[in-house]
Amino acid sequence: MTPRSPLLMAPALAWLTGLMVVPCALVLALAFFRRGIYGGVEYTFTLENFAQVFDPLYAGIFLNSARIAGTATLIAVVIGYAAAYAIAAAPRHRQPIYLFFAVLPFWSNYLIRTYAWIVLLNREGLITQLLRSIGYTGEPPSLLYTEGAVIAGLVYNYLPFVILACYAPLSRLNPELAEASRDLGGSAFTTFRRIVLPLTLPGIAAGAVFVFVLSIGNFVTPALLGGGRFQMIGNLVYDQFLTANDWPFGAALSMVLIAIMMLLLTLQAFASERASGRATAREEAA
Amino acid sequence: MNRAILIAVFAFLYIPIAVLIALSFNAGGLPTVWSGFSFKWYASLAGNNDILSAALNTLIVASVSTAIATLLGTLLALGVEMRKKRGSALEALIFAPMIIPDIVLAIALLSFFSMLDVTMGLHTIVLAHVVFNIAFVCSVVRARLKSFDWSITEASADLGASAVTTFRRITLPVILPAVIAGALLAFTLSVDEFIIAYFTAGAGRASTTLPMQIYSMIRFGITPEINALATIVMAVSVVALTISQRLNRGVVGQ
Repeated sequence: MTPRSPLLMAPALAWLTGLMVVPCALVLALAFFRRGIYGGVEYTFTLENFAQVFDPLYAGIFLNSARIAGTATLIAVVIGYAAAYAIAAAPRHRQPIYLFFAVLPFWSNYLIRTYAWIVLLNREGLITQLLRSIGYTGEPPSLLYTEGAVIAGLVYNYLPFVILACYAPLSRLNPELAEASRDLGGSAFTTFRRIVLPLTLPGIAAGAVFVFVLSIGNFVTPALLGGGRFQMIGNLVYDQFLTANDWPFGAALSMVLIAIMMLLLTLQAFASERASGRATAREEAA
Repeated sequence: MNRAILIAVFAFLYIPIAVLIALSFNAGGLPTVWSGFSFKWYASLAGNNDILSAALNTLIVASVSTAIATLLGTLLALGVEMRKKRGSALEALIFAPMIIPDIVLAIALLSFFSMLDVTMGLHTIVLAHVVFNIAFVCSVVRARLKSFDWSITEASADLGASAVTTFRRITLPVILPAVIAGALLAFTLSVDEFIIAYFTAGAGRASTTLPMQIYSMIRFGITPEINALATIVMAVSVVALTISQRLNRGVVGQ
């Protein structure tokens, strides 16, 4: 059987190599070249593009987008964990259907899900009308094109992902552990903090990493819900390639994006290994 | 407590979509104020040539990329699961298209195509969509193969069946539900994909896909037409994914 395996894998691997590995390697190389005077690329080695990333102007955008992405991640993790916990606590036969409906929006069109928030938040949207119906007569509130709108859009779009990531470890949790903790006099909070949370940390971390990385690299949500007033790294990359025509700098920015992702994923793997090691020790003790 | 959380979360997830769907049947021209039930915005979609040609483009891109990715992804899954040893580099390569941020793959392919002087259009979108679709098809089929007993293919070979007969009579019937589920998933992902298509479509209206059309319409503001279009696109995704999920559950249940 084995000798045929390479033959079966060859077409797909060739496709992935030719249209993913090589193009990504090209972007990496591009990041070390100089921008040509009339746009385009000049093939001389330079580190300027990476230095430019740390220029106060761009560093400011980085910090800003990290703050927006961080806030969205925090909110998504809190809501998503609570939801996953509630699903895992539901009767077993209902869990798959709850999970399916929690994840369903995630598979529908991203643009449409974002657009739905424009419909809700615009000056004559549902929220304004709800306020009017309870007697509010003043100016419609400015909800759209704010940082809050961008964060709401990011949380809304990535929440199903967090639910899915947190549900997996929560559903595998051995209920006897929590019982043992209670029998030994642990309060509900202590049991949660010392038993449930550490055991499910890998799921939380995995969900958080993806929400953060996808948010910080997003350009659609800031453009549509932020009205272009809030720039994420994704918008910067977009601009370098489609308007400013500074491809080497855009390439450097996207490499920084990948580096952030790799760093966070490594930290997540490290943290979950430690958590599972400690949990196993505790499980053996219990 | 748990029930309250579930109600709140599902309300948060579904109210925005429900409002959008309800407004698509709104008779009035104001996109967010209700003034009676009507199908007229759906009818007006049918007369919008930009939207129709974008829908046709999307259908072409999604069908072709799904067909290629289903074939390559299934072969890849078979090849990987047949192997005795696990290579982490191989796993990373197969997993990468699912986790790489869209914008990075998008600019990488844009740079690559322009460096090779490839004229971009629907064909380059297809080339790009196959990349992530291979990964998704492969993971769905691999999940099915995890519980597959390879010794029955050896038994078939021992009894004198050719490799093709063994595949057709033994392996294919077992993995077929997963292959179809993977294909449906790939199709929906391709129909909905915006960022990579946007960067690899090249200039000109000829290769505008539906998500690109929706993006440019949204940027001009809210119209009842977008509400109707959004409802149709979501309905297609939901139907395809529900079927995909059912097929997959059958797989798990066996």
